[in-house]
Amino acid sequence: MDIFLQQIINGLVQGSIYALVALGYTMVYGIMGLINFAHGEVVMIGTLVTITVAGTLIKAGMPVVFAGLAGVSTSVLVCVALGWGLERIAYRPLRNAPRLTPLITAIGMSIVLQNLAMMIWGRNYLTFPSLLPKINFEVAGAHFTAIQVIIVVLSAATMGGLLALIYRTRLGMAMRATAQNPAVASLMGVNINRVIAAAFVIGSALGALAGVMVGTYYEIAHYQMGFMLGLKAFTAAVLGGIGNLAGAMLGGVLLGIIEALGAGYIGDLTGGFLGSHYQDIFAFIVLIVVLMFKPSGLFGEKTGDRA
Amino acid sequence: MLEVTGLHVAYGGIQAVRSITFHVNEGEMVALIGANGAGKTSTLKAISRVIDAVGGDVHFCGEKISKIAPHHIIRKGIALVPEGRGVFPRLTVAENLAMGAFLRHDKAEIALDQEKIYGYFPRLKERAAQLAGTLSGGEQQMLAIGRALMSRPKMLLLDEPSMGLAPIMVQKIFEVIRIVAAEGMTTLLIEQNAKLALESSQRGYVMESGEITLTGESASLLNDPKVRAAYLGE
Repeated sequence: MDIFLQQIINGLVQGSIYALVALGYTMVYGIMGLINFAHGEVVMIGTLVTITVAGTLIKAGMPVVFAGLAGVSTSVLVCVALGWGLERIAYRPLRNAPRLTPLITAIGMSIVLQNLAMMIWGRNYLTFPSLLPKINFEVAGAHFTAIQVIIVVLSAATMGGLLALIYRTRLGMAMRATAQNPAVASLMGVNINRVIAAAFVIGSALGALAGVMVGTYYEIAHYQMGFMLGLKAFTAAVLGGIGNLAGAMLGGVLLGIIEALGAGYIGDLTGGFLGSHYQDIFAFIVLIVVLMFKPSGLFGEKTGDRA
Repeated sequence: MLEVTGLHVAYGGIQAVRSITFHVNEGEMVALIGANGAGKTSTLKAISRVIDAVGGDVHFCGEKISKIAPHHIIRKGIALVPEGRGVFPRLTVAENLAMGAFLRHDKAEIALDQEKIYGYFPRLKERAAQLAGTLSGGEQQMLAIGRALMSRPKMLLLDEPSMGLAPIMVQKIFEVIRIVAAEGMTTLLIEQNAKLALESSQRGYVMESGEITLTGESASLLNDPKVRAAYLGE
């Protein structure tokens, strides 16, 4: 029982991060039908920028709180600029191209960003500065840290904010309308280019936050970390029904929990043959099963009806 | 008010509209009739900048609008009710109407206009909180017309408002179209249902294979033997 509860908690934390990243995939897909495979790299750059900014400021003697805030804000700004630039430079010229073209471009941008990060930050693992105090709790035999609590609460708050933006504001209504029928939204006076740019900008800001969370949680980062994280978040988005916001949130949390439970029990299940470092296989088993049996995902809608 | 000169639309090598010229005066309702594939919808799409014309000019209130961005058309005062209605299926009825007023910021006036539209179409008021995708075809047509009116346009472009609807629905919708026109709305009506269109309008143009082949007062077109033979099934 202990391990079950423990893994649920761990999964919830990891899943909150997946959910934030998955939202970036799902928003862009919902509006323009593109899977932005470079999104994982945006998250990676969010982590690495925080390391550089916060790490440098801490070394220079700035209090950790301010250094951390400066790191997070810089990271959000850099990622927003990056997401906006990606759309402008890489995807907008291909707006009317066959669907495969922007997809391949997305993979290309992912490789470009990885290599750029390698040139800037090097090939080695980097240590993420400790931004939060290490406090441990124990409830019913399960251990968790203040960092884990903060990650879950902050993701939930961010997602609540996003839902309010999408369902309560004029921009959100324009985004939903554009996702459903861009030509008619344009007839209503919506500038489609701006709405698409907004989807990239918002998704990238969420990605930056997720990047900071990953760094804080694992305390280590690397220029290739965006690949696996992106792939898993994409899996989460597909699990929830790509294009659907609530689906991405639920899919993220669900995937995190499935993965954590899998990692917790895989040793017992295989008689010790496979260890918990095989946890990555669960995400891809989920992806394959969803694609085989319910490609539209949990909250999937028929095509042509995305939001 | 609307002047279309030498408008030419082509899709690849296919000529959909071949250099047509026509106009709509302020306050009148003009019908553009013709068979399926005659180029009526392409004409409307080119005017509202949903597609690019190959050649020709469109002037509205004296201003050239044939090169402006599509999302600026509504700013000029032209509202299109698209073919197939084009409601936002996963927005509510009220949200669809709000999208029509997307560029407006006069909240009180928007609320008044919304009530006015609910007055035209009480059915929409009953379903205000429902997703538009769950409405019947006729209700969606009502919504598309209501949404267009929410922008307070100077001119309304209607693309086949009767398409695929039960006769009773067509009647209800045309009742409102006539009321709106009687209140002074300049309207360009595209219809395959020639009788209905000519009975509702003051003037008409007949389109065939991308060209305007006949024009005149709607009443006289209704009695024209060629029109009667080709479009009124006589």
